[in-house]
Amino acid sequence: MTPWLFYLFATITVLCSLAVIGQRNPMHSVLLLIGSFIALAGLYVGLDSPFVAVTQIVVYAGAIMVLFLFVVMLLNAPREDVAPGAQVPIPGGIKAFGSVLAVGMAATLLWALSKLVSTPFTQDAQAGARVASVRDIGIMIFRDHAFAFEVTSILILVAMVGAVVLAKKTV
Amino acid sequence: MPTIDSALVFQISLILVVFFALQISAAVLVYLERKIAGWAQQRVGPNRVGPLGLLQPLADIVKLIFKEELRPKAADTWLFYLAPILSATTAFAAFAVIPFGPPTTLFGLLDRPVPLQVADLNVAVLVVFAITSMGVYGIVLAGWASNSKYSLLGGLRSSAQMISYELAYGMSLASVLVIANTLSLRDIVDQQAGVWWVAGFLPVPQWYVFLAPVACFIFFVAGIAETNRAPFDFPEAEQELVAGYHTEYSSMSFALFFLAEYVNMVTASAVTVSLFLGGFYMPFLPDWLGPLWFLMKLAVLLFIYIWLRWTLPRYRYDQLMDFGWKRLLPISIVNLLVTAAGVLYWS
Repeated sequence: MTPWLFYLFATITVLCSLAVIGQRNPMHSVLLLIGSFIALAGLYVGLDSPFVAVTQIVVYAGAIMVLFLFVVMLLNAPREDVAPGAQVPIPGGIKAFGSVLAVGMAATLLWALSKLVSTPFTQDAQAGARVASVRDIGIMIFRDHAFAFEVTSILILVAMVGAVVLAKKTV
Repeated sequence: MPTIDSALVFQISLILVVFFALQISAAVLVYLERKIAGWAQQRVGPNRVGPLGLLQPLADIVKLIFKEELRPKAADTWLFYLAPILSATTAFAAFAVIPFGPPTTLFGLLDRPVPLQVADLNVAVLVVFAITSMGVYGIVLAGWASNSKYSLLGGLRSSAQMISYELAYGMSLASVLVIANTLSLRDIVDQQAGVWWVAGFLPVPQWYVFLAPVACFIFFVAGIAETNRAPFDFPEAEQELVAGYHTEYSSMSFALFFLAEYVNMVTASAVTVSLFLGGFYMPFLPDWLGPLWFLMKLAVLLFIYIWLRWTLPRYRYDQLMDFGWKRLLPISIVNLLVTAAGVLYWS
């Protein structure tokens, strides 16, 4: 992958992701999220794995569609602003717990960043060929990592049941 | 002085050729649609502009360009203008991976054979699927950004319809992938060259439509639903929604949606031709005329599209959902299982 392409897609990804949380309009946020995913797919293409890139678009960009519909159907207001006076005061205990979590998160991120070694751009042809084949990815997911795969699907099932319970008016 | 790589120049110009060919095909389709509608309803159809009314599309384009560009006051400006662009771009982009001819040197003009295909990817089938799924955004965005109830209803209907039919679409696609054992469209097309001799004397082309007729049927029907054509044209049901998602659009932004609809039809037919009808191969006929065979098959499918529109009435919305979820999807899942079992048994 040529460096300038990497920097182009990386910049788009980061800028779009930042804009997602900097937006007041949920509709624009959702669209910027798609933009970020597509730029990420561009990075995968540069890494010689078009299969992962296309899957990224089909799965993530496709799933955003549902998010999109949630925004349209559940959030009627086009803006996320909270009406003045409607803000519920947050108890101190929860605030303290949240700040401890935030500090922990920041520390982890800093630690991960400190481990960062700048590596030159090299074409590891063999590694690329190993991951690029759809057959190998399938064998890896469904044989070598079958347990993790099944556990993930149970996690998604739990989330789905939770969403149904939350969405139902009378439980 | 650097030498010019003639093959590379040809490959780049191929992009332009495909782009303009798609635009022209949309114009031709608009004309044919009106002519065939005329025949179906015992009318003449367009016959005033130019000989046989052939210049009618040109007159339409000029009209659309000079119309006033209107935008509702309450519309979301950015998304309102982004939506038609997104629609048209995704419609054109999907055609990039479709092979429409064998590798050619243009009778020795080029130093190496160049395949007649804009981009030969080894996951071409998935690319088509991904870009089709992105095409929904254009319509839904148009519906939401217009800030009008008819547009919004059209957009929501479209998303529900496309999400429902994408499942059957993908499942029937999967059964072809199981047979072909590859994700590359070019390889899939190449596997359909040649003929089987049934009972020793009856030649049958090695097209996947004969190996997987059910998958072909489901793919074609789901393709009609994906392109929002009648009898599945709910997003723009005139009697209920004025014009659905593009009610508030005028001039060129409307023209982009119009263009996208016809280009999507061409692309969906081209994918069907490549997956099930042998692509650019025709048994017993020379391969170097490939683009011609490809165009002929494409024309037949497009004619069926237009024929269906002027023959079948629109479904009711609950019938559409019933048909997608309770008929097409179960059939396509069973079909996939049967195909997989067959492939395991005979290979």
